[in-house]
Amino acid sequence: MKVLLNGIIKENPTFVLLLGMCPTLGTTSSAINGMSMGLATMAVLIFSNLIISLIKNLIPDMVRIPSFIVVIASLVTILQMLIKAYAPEVDKSLGLFIPLIVVNCIILGRAEAFAAKNGVISSVFDGIGMGIGFTIALTLLGAVRELLGTGKVFDMTLYSEDYGALVFVLAPGAFIALGYLIAIMNKIKN
Amino acid sequence: MKKLESTWYNMAIVLTAIAVVAGAALGYVNSITAPTIEAIKAQQEKDAEQEVLNGQQGTAIKISDPKGFGGTLTVMVGLAPTGTILGYKVLESSETPGLGAKAQDWFQKGQNGDIIGKQAGNLTVSKDGGDVDAITASTITSRAFLRCINAAYETLSENSADAQSGATQQAGDSNNNI
Repeated sequence: MKVLLNGIIKENPTFVLLLGMCPTLGTTSSAINGMSMGLATMAVLIFSNLIISLIKNLIPDMVRIPSFIVVIASLVTILQMLIKAYAPEVDKSLGLFIPLIVVNCIILGRAEAFAAKNGVISSVFDGIGMGIGFTIALTLLGAVRELLGTGKVFDMTLYSEDYGALVFVLAPGAFIALGYLIAIMNKIKN
Repeated sequence: MKKLESTWYNMAIVLTAIAVVAGAALGYVNSITAPTIEAIKAQQEKDAEQEVLNGQQGTAIKISDPKGFGGTLTVMVGLAPTGTILGYKVLESSETPGLGAKAQDWFQKGQNGDIIGKQAGNLTVSKDGGDVDAITASTITSRAFLRCINAAYETLSENSADAQSGATQQAGDSNNNI
């Protein structure tokens, strides 16, 4: 339980550790995109933590990074094929970003910092916690950008698109929104 | 179990083993999913042919342009025998979600960049002196999209003797000035 909450609040990968900024900024142009990306990353994170904690003693230290990368890249490719076959709608909106999960440093970071040193069960919980933390952060950021940019949240119109600021859908808006969200998170934590 | 030492022998064996297992897993999943992915693609194209013609007399032509903002853009275009645009559907694109990816809606009837009912062949965005409004902040996508539409018209004129459904063509190969 402590491990689970650690990923959601104390060491939230996006708001506290500031890891995985590329998918964070790139995919959060709407709440639904952010959430799907978060969930896809969580799936990979849980399985990579599981597999790496299982085989950690078989991997000599000097080749641990390449070994981790092969495991993670295989998981991501499998996920991509499954999404293409069974969730073509998700593939349409997120297809481009799925391969980027390979280089998401949250996954390699957790493999290195947690799964390689801890047991199977706590590694899985670490994956779930970090995954939830990442998903919440991306959904929140996506919702803020979608609301300010287009006046919608999860495609529900709250006010007319004409009053939306296009900048929030574009990359600069991602930085601005992320900055303010981090500031608010820090304020709440103190 | 104690951690394996980092000897050359151990490292080579472990890396090879991991690669073999990973390769086997990938091959297995691919063999399961590949037929489904193909079927989905074929079905989408068939649906698109129906959709772009919208029940009217004409030809559905699949065209791709390699110079979209994120890569190849593939569009199914429905043209009347005279070259009037009946409808279109974006089949494959790597355009930016939230920007260029809007192409599917942007050029439809009643939308900002409405091209339905216009004559294909010489369409350009207003920035280039044409009369089609480009997608906000996505001019490159809009240009690639219109190249697809115009290329569809060329294909239509070439095949006008016996109009065929579903002809595939590459557009813009020789077009290097974006």
